[in-house]
Amino acid sequence: MRLQLSPELEAFREEMRTFFTTQVPQEIRDTVAARRHVSKDQYVEAQRALNAAGLAVPHWPVEWGGKDWTPLQRHIWREEMQLASVPEPLAFNTSMIGPVLAQFGNQEQKERYLAKTANLDIWWCQGFSEPDAGSDLASLRTTAVRDGDDWIVNGQKTWTTLGQHADWIFCLCRTDPTAEKKQRGISLLLFPMDTPGVTLRPIELLDGSFEVNEVFFEDVRVPAENLVGEENQGWTIAKFLLGNERVGIARVGTTKSYLALAKELARETTVGGRTLLDDPRMAGRIAEVENELLALELTALRVVANSADGRPHPASSVLKLRGSELQQAATELLVDIAGPLSLASYADGGSDVPDWARVTVPEYLNYRKVSIYGGSNEVQRTIIAGTILGL
Amino acid sequence: MNFEFDSEQNDLREAVRGLLDRAYGDAEQRRQVTKNDPGFDEKTWGQLAEMGVLGLPFPEEDGGMGAGPIEVAIVAEQIGRVLAPEPFVEAVVLAGGLVAAVGTAEQRAELLGPLSEGSSVLAFAHAEPGTRWSASAAGVTATQDGDSWTLTGVKEPVLNGARADVLVVSAVTDGGTALFVVDGEASGLSRTGYRTHDGGRAANVTFASTPARLLGEGTADRSADVERAFALARIAYANEAVGAMETALRTTSEYLTQRKQFGVTLNKFQALTFRAADMYVSLELARSTALWASMVADAGGDVVSAADRARLQTSRASRHIGKEAIQLHGGIGVTAEYKIGHYTSRLTAIDHVLGDGDFALDRLAATVGEHPTVDPLGAPYTG
Ligand SMILES: Cc1cc2nc3c(=O)[nH]c(=O)nc-3n(C[C@H](O)[C@H](O)[C@H](O)COP(=O)(O)OP(=O)(O)OC[C@H]3O[C@@H](n4cnc5c(N)ncnc54)[C@H](O)[C@@H]3O)c2cc1C
Repeated sequence: MRLQLSPELEAFREEMRTFFTTQVPQEIRDTVAARRHVSKDQYVEAQRALNAAGLAVPHWPVEWGGKDWTPLQRHIWREEMQLASVPEPLAFNTSMIGPVLAQFGNQEQKERYLAKTANLDIWWCQGFSEPDAGSDLASLRTTAVRDGDDWIVNGQKTWTTLGQHADWIFCLCRTDPTAEKKQRGISLLLFPMDTPGVTLRPIELLDGSFEVNEVFFEDVRVPAENLVGEENQGWTIAKFLLGNERVGIARVGTTKSYLALAKELARETTVGGRTLLDDPRMAGRIAEVENELLALELTALRVVANSADGRPHPASSVLKLRGSELQQAATELLVDIAGPLSLASYADGGSDVPDWARVTVPEYLNYRKVSIYGGSNEVQRTIIAGTILGL
Repeated sequence: MNFEFDSEQNDLREAVRGLLDRAYGDAEQRRQVTKNDPGFDEKTWGQLAEMGVLGLPFPEEDGGMGAGPIEVAIVAEQIGRVLAPEPFVEAVVLAGGLVAAVGTAEQRAELLGPLSEGSSVLAFAHAEPGTRWSASAAGVTATQDGDSWTLTGVKEPVLNGARADVLVVSAVTDGGTALFVVDGEASGLSRTGYRTHDGGRAANVTFASTPARLLGEGTADRSADVERAFALARIAYANEAVGAMETALRTTSEYLTQRKQFGVTLNKFQALTFRAADMYVSLELARSTALWASMVADAGGDVVSAADRARLQTSRASRHIGKEAIQLHGGIGVTAEYKIGHYTSRLTAIDHVLGDGDFALDRLAATVGEHPTVDPLGAPYTG
């Protein structure tokens, strides 16, 4: 048991901090810090800056641009990136399809996609969920039927995040409707979003943002070579992908920077002759969330240190569960610090309400999503009860 | 940074676990022991001494083992796991810790040797009616006459105050709070012991011009020493609580897989398994914090702050897990015969000896504006 980082890791942390705070354009980091809309170009620019320095996909195999880092180094990398308000490399590329292709793809697919995926030359979106297949993903109904050298895809996906920016989709399709277990008849296909027969319909979210979409497939023709892994192996791949998705989802660094902001804003808000930070109830709320976040960070460090074999530790469900709750708690604090000013969400010129206060409620409402996606918190409880407690 | 025990620490853990399992593996054994005074088993106390556990945190020249906060955490967790009633945290970590921190070389040898050997039980007489978890004395006063001192006033509740061979007592002098050593046989000392709800023992200790010896040299205020000793004891308690919570959760999970209602075992009901999953979340977060605070103590960092953080986290977790453990057992959970409720009782006791969660939160809230973020691997925690 030892608290301090080794001198090498201390230096590593400093190196990461310096890189993120000096090599990623300030304007992009300011956008993230102010919780304003990050544009497609900004995502691409930020990820390319990271990739140029070899910092976009450190968790990939070294052969494909990864670094031979320890889990602790990856943790530090992620945390420093979040603390510096750097937009994280696109999860669909770097945490989802990249590792999947590195693990299950054939050589040709690896060569064709991986470098472009790391550099965000290809923007991927995730075609898993459907209107009737949410938590029960295996009940998905989008079909792919073999026709000569092609697959013909029909059906619908939904909740497709940033599908409007996407060049390609990785899409779970039912390829064997007769399989006795529904998990057995699923395959993973890749195809461009501009393939004839693909249409996209945006869904407006509660905060007025457009970040998710419905995607419809009508006789979409996909070359057979775009199948990843074996036919009907899609469920195994999906489980691998979802396991990776949970790692790093605690977003401790992001919540930390939110709390730092909450303190700053509470200090600037004066009510009845004293600042909100001097209000014992508000100070207590912030201190309590901060302590929970410390406990989460320490748990992440503990779990990270114990998952050396590359497989996610079962306790990583704790990270997703509590990590999402604390992100939500932080956004709630910001709303409460804004108080009545939080009503002015759509104020424009001519309003005295500061920008930070305007975005609080839209963000708070938007963040309800974090306990729903990535395996809802109920799904995480099911995993804890089943695989850890044996219930 | 790493959270792993080394092999010696693992050996210590296994040895203490083995000893305590033999003594209290069956809840009935604990019940028999706690039924009678002094509320713990003198024989087990002696075996812990033989194993070196009672001298664990003290320097070798004072008769101890020269180990540190990590070893203390390991023992405390094992104590908690079976609710061993031996006053390890109270006598060794807290009372002994004060002697080690404040006492002269002579006093340390005189008091810590016998404590480590198991021949003398120490208690810290500090709490007073009308105070809550303060590091200073208020109601017991010390009067000096030449080289000698006498104490007058009331301390209560004093854990193990009736059984203790030697009392370490805080009292008010002109310089603030000073610490004294009072022999259990001293004149003008009256002690009325009673049971605490968790099977332990406490006492009202009344001093009437009771002769006392000053602990350490000089009468400068010792509140900071008390605060530091409290911090180390809070951290040890956090680990004891983690041990107790782990057993409470394991016992509850086992019960859910065995107890049948409506023709199925209870673990078929998601309303229950989800609550168990939430207990696991609380437990793991508390465990991380308790271990971390032990590492902060080991590294010489800001133990007072780290202890408050561990106190807050384990307090919240203790209440959550303690209450749910009983609820998920149904009626049997509130019986004295079945063990689960005793875990809740002990967790509740720990929560009130040295400050509850709100107490810790108030202190953390008072300084929350002084740092933008908390870095567990940086200042002020790494020493
Ligand atoms: C903003 C956002 C972005 C998303 N992005 C993507 C994306 O890019 N690609 C993609 O494929 N998907 C995406 N998703 C979809 C996401 O993965 C699903 O929303 C999620 O799997 C839950 O499915 P559902 O919404 O159909 O809810 P349902 O599964 O219908 O669940 C409804 C409620 O019931 C609970 N529940 C369900 N089953 C159980 C059970 N067995 N036990 C207990 N409780 C249960 C759920 O936890 C939830 O509280 C996104 C979702 C959101 C909100």
